[in-house]
Amino acid sequence: MITRRKLLVLLPAAAAAWEYVMAGTPESALGYNRDQHWWGMLLNIDKCIGCGSCVRACANENDVPEGYFRTWMERYHVSDWHQEVPQVDSPNGGKNGFPPSEAQGGKNFFVPKMCNHCVDSPCTQVCPVGATFHTPDSVVLVDESYCLGCRYCIQACPYGCRFLHPISRTAQKCSLCYHRITRGLTTACCENCPTGARQLADLKNPDDPIHEFLKTHSVQVLKPHLATGAKAFYYDLDGSVR
Amino acid sequence: MVPVDGFMYPNEVELQWSVLIVVYPYVTGLVAGAFILASLERIFHVTAVKPTYRLALLTALAFLLVAPLPLQFHLGHPERSLEMYLTPNRSSAMAMFGFVYLWYLMVVILLEIWLDFRREIVLLSQSTTGLKRLLYRALTLGSSNISEGALRVDEKVGWVITLIGIPSAFLLHGYVGFIFGSVKANPWWSSPLMPVVFLFSAMVSGIAIVMLLYMAMMKIRRQPIDMRCVDTVAQYLLYIFIIDFALEMLDLIQRIYEADESFRSLDFMLHTRLFFSQVILQVVLGTVVPILTIGLIQIFKVPEKLRRLAYWVCGCLTLVGIFAMRWNVVIGGQLFSKSFLGYTTYKVDLISREGELIAAALLILPFFILAALMKILPPWVESEAASGD
Amino acid sequence: MSKFKDAGHLVRLAIAFAVVFLVFLLIRAHFIPKSFGQYGHYRGNALVELSSKPISYAGHQACEDCHGDVVSMKTAGKHTGVNCEACHGALAKHVENPASVTPQLPDTALLCLPCHEANIAKPKNFPQVVSAEHSGGAVCKSCHQPHSPLLQPGETQS
Repeated sequence: MITRRKLLVLLPAAAAAWEYVMAGTPESALGYNRDQHWWGMLLNIDKCIGCGSCVRACANENDVPEGYFRTWMERYHVSDWHQEVPQVDSPNGGKNGFPPSEAQGGKNFFVPKMCNHCVDSPCTQVCPVGATFHTPDSVVLVDESYCLGCRYCIQACPYGCRFLHPISRTAQKCSLCYHRITRGLTTACCENCPTGARQLADLKNPDDPIHEFLKTHSVQVLKPHLATGAKAFYYDLDGSVR
Repeated sequence: MVPVDGFMYPNEVELQWSVLIVVYPYVTGLVAGAFILASLERIFHVTAVKPTYRLALLTALAFLLVAPLPLQFHLGHPERSLEMYLTPNRSSAMAMFGFVYLWYLMVVILLEIWLDFRREIVLLSQSTTGLKRLLYRALTLGSSNISEGALRVDEKVGWVITLIGIPSAFLLHGYVGFIFGSVKANPWWSSPLMPVVFLFSAMVSGIAIVMLLYMAMMKIRRQPIDMRCVDTVAQYLLYIFIIDFALEMLDLIQRIYEADESFRSLDFMLHTRLFFSQVILQVVLGTVVPILTIGLIQIFKVPEKLRRLAYWVCGCLTLVGIFAMRWNVVIGGQLFSKSFLGYTTYKVDLISREGELIAAALLILPFFILAALMKILPPWVESEAASGD
Repeated sequence: MSKFKDAGHLVRLAIAFAVVFLVFLLIRAHFIPKSFGQYGHYRGNALVELSSKPISYAGHQACEDCHGDVVSMKTAGKHTGVNCEACHGALAKHVENPASVTPQLPDTALLCLPCHEANIAKPKNFPQVVSAEHSGGAVCKSCHQPHSPLLQPGETQS
């Protein structure tokens, strides 16, 4: 028989228990609902100064080992008469900036590169065990405690953004600072970019200014013919960029 | 620092798939090829090759048992490899291959060998003593029925298994080709022809190795070589070789003609870093010379001794050539940048987990396993007296 | 019926296969991680683990709570878009416990050049100098205030 007295005790107990249960659920513990976000990045070539701050910040935030890169900078020199074959360099991934160019004339610019967090990513397609995957908020992540280190994903990525971590011997790549964006912060590279060339975009957020930018400007992705559904959008990208 | 010519994405400079990933398709190719040769007699009634039937099956098993080993040495976490069977990703060719391999090992090879050798197993379980007796008794699965009726059942079921085995062998090695051919990021690999080329080159290598093993075993046992058998095997080698060569040339000609964005980069790589392994080893020595030699033997009457020598040389050249082919695909596919602007080099260590010594050891190991298998399951009736090895 | 008698060994074989298959199913049930398949073909707990990693950069919002004066100077100047940690390094630990971690002042002789050293590939309108010819050896901070670096004509800041 449920008496009023019992209810007075039961209801608050149930409420407390409910909160406990919900706290155990990943989403509400962080106040972050995965289904409300769809992450991408805007890379603005006409603002990039090749300072390498993003590369250093990423390495710092994510303990990226020396000689491997979750993000990197490339410097392009497109000569006037040979548009199709640019000269590209990336000394230590651009981590320490770039030495003065020997190039004369032509078109010169920097291109930041990173994981494109593709919607139809070839890397998650080929992973034999489900160690790399596409999250509900559209970030491609690697489960390092499940990865076999077979390196099929590294072969399958058209953008060269993956590597094998020399110590953990598992595949690694840009995680879009998942531990930051789920806490309302921006990625380490965007936080440290001094010119705003790199900006995180939430494509499900109508108030996101970057989302607005993407809707009103011509943007491109790398290797569109491979139909990867890449979400690293470049503004002012030259056709010679590989 | 690995020397880089031109520009490569920073993470591409170090090769990911080593010589062990060259050994692996080579070994599975030998399995598929040896089995196809065995099936020639069983299904297509090419009676001339019957002396190689059992040897081919045992060779296939020996190599099949070694096939997972290069992968285990290569994986960053081999202790997690069971995950491929626990949570296979159905969209991954590599995961699905785990099951194709298992199917082929359990249902095709082991079953066919068991059915074919069952009579000998039962007899040996009764005639031997000690540990050997225990082994044979275990292999009989407790049944000692080798009556005419039982053997006829074995024959029928064995025929069905071989019939299923042929597309299974195609699947086994075609899948390996698909693992490469389906990678759209890599233009050197990405091609619908890849599974077919892999399969036919596998058949060539499998036939060659059985031919060589047969001639070697007859020599060791001091028995006369059945020339009608070897001539027929060489003929089939020639036919498959012609198809294989045609396919590879088709791929090459189409690439040169279409000259897409990757062509200039790949062409340069072929003329420099891959010249020796592709042009000299794979094409000229490994394909053209065997085709011409065996072809000429079909046209002109060549004395037996010379024919045998020719088969020895061609068999060895074929094996080297097909290894070179695997090398050119796997290593070649990683030497150029996906930006098509640069090249790296492959430095293979001698003594490391994925080094030359391990690769060589894994290539030699199947022969030891084969020797052990031939002792347990003698392929030839009189070979109880053979000294083995 | 003698047909079945002659196929007895096949029945034994089938039983052997069935046993192996059963063992496989048992292994599967035991070893597959419990959270696998929760959101897709991956370990559901991986999402929680990857979301919970510690952060190194606190983000510029955190600095504003205590260092409002510097922030106002910065917002009024050319470096308004340059976040604090881009120059001062990762400071999440300092935010957590300001007294225990004192951030090092960066050395402007090294700090400013990656951005401001002249390079043909930098956008034309971006302020860049050839450092060897620019200051006669003087370090950047001797003339420029890092939080608001633009000098008016005839002005030197110190």
